[in-house]
Amino acid sequence: MLAKRIIPCLDVHNGRVVKGVNFVNLVDAGDPVAQARVYDAEGADELVFLDISATHEGRDTMLHVARAVADQVFIPFTVGGGIRTVEDMRQMLRAGADKVGINSAAVRTPQLITDGAMEFGAQAIVVAIDARRISAERRADRFDTGYGIAQPDWLADDSPLHIDENSAWEVYVRGGRTPTGIDAVRWAAAAERLGAGEILLTSMDGDGTQAGYDIELTRAVADAVTIPVIASGGAGTLAHFAEALTDGSADAALAASLFHFRQLSIADVKTYLASQHIPVRVGRHE
Amino acid sequence: MITMIDYGIGNYRSVQKALEYVGADVVITSDPEAIKHADKLVLPGVGAFGAAIDALRKRKLEQPIQDAVAQGTPLLGICVGMQLLLDESEELGRHSGLGLIPGKVRKFPANNKLKIPHMGWNQLDHDDTSPLLQDVADGDYAYFVHSFYCDVVDSADTIATTDYGKAFSSIIGRNNIFGIQFHAEKSQHVGLQILRNYATL
Repeated sequence: MLAKRIIPCLDVHNGRVVKGVNFVNLVDAGDPVAQARVYDAEGADELVFLDISATHEGRDTMLHVARAVADQVFIPFTVGGGIRTVEDMRQMLRAGADKVGINSAAVRTPQLITDGAMEFGAQAIVVAIDARRISAERRADRFDTGYGIAQPDWLADDSPLHIDENSAWEVYVRGGRTPTGIDAVRWAAAAERLGAGEILLTSMDGDGTQAGYDIELTRAVADAVTIPVIASGGAGTLAHFAEALTDGSADAALAASLFHFRQLSIADVKTYLASQHIPVRVGRHE
Repeated sequence: MITMIDYGIGNYRSVQKALEYVGADVVITSDPEAIKHADKLVLPGVGAFGAAIDALRKRKLEQPIQDAVAQGTPLLGICVGMQLLLDESEELGRHSGLGLIPGKVRKFPANNKLKIPHMGWNQLDHDDTSPLLQDVADGDYAYFVHSFYCDVVDSADTIATTDYGKAFSSIIGRNNIFGIQFHAEKSQHVGLQILRNYATL
């Protein structure tokens, strides 16, 4: 039976992990390869590296990180952050990443999803969506496209992807700070039509709260697409993972801080899910 | 020494690194003579079947592979490299394969409940008789990414099956020829063990 996946996320800045496993006995806690090996040994099904470097040099360093991880860790991994062109994708996949994640660049230029899928196959293209519940204030001002809103050029006000009174969640960019005017559930469906192989769905309301994944959002997106959905943002307890994978219909659940600060280990999560009769990969390790 | 067949289609680096991790010496080549005289061959592959077999033939590597296999040289096909071992594929038209193991490569049937491609960790169901599966338990997980599967004619050629809507052959073998549908190089200890088993065969 196809297993549900548990995916730790590592934030990388200029080649150094800034949110990974917080392990005192690691020789170098900032070394992405060492961190990846720890997660691998604990039973991670995949890894996501989020490159938060702001500079060109930082992004080049991420290519070296991908190469080193691919040489030593034998599970699939995705690299997101800073990927803006098909050429960026090519370099990262050549370096050994199995998939690339695109977020703001896909919002700005949806054709990038199609171009990437045509070139590398849909399975290599993960569209990351940062979604936020639409506030009463934003609803009251009729989604006024005023100051601080990054509505992409292609999104006409009467576009079916534009948020309207039926929308519950909106796509945000720039680290979840800037609204785009795009309906998050409809954007996920559009991303699939454009060629995405997977959706990495982060609830910006839940992110960092450890109050649980946004199950309604996860479910709404999972129902709107036929490609796998990775739930992200808000994991705090074992039960949260189970909820995302059952009630939320997610195929995978991602967490960063929770694993980083050792509140839970991946093995804890896997053991718990197995006890709840959720199919997960448990077994021996190299 | 394991010789990886380089025909421009494949994830050579990760497969090479995984083989080296389990202690094998690896050489990557597209030289027909080197392939013909190899101790042991690995045929990787990704992407579409037609593009892969065309690339193999364009580099005139089909005959050296056939010659090596006829001499008893072990051959392991991985992912699309496994599919190439069969007679033909229905992916994007009809394409003939190497014909080393009788069978056809078919698309998973459309089914609303099953996502295509079959992507993720799924179980290997087997009865422990193949040397390729030494120290791999029945039910262990491997990492798959594929939309087409190998439908072999003779069930004796199936070493392990995996359930995805129906049971399909996830490992096949006939004499010195083996094929694995999953990415051994991405399947953690299970994949490494299978590569180790092949390397020490």
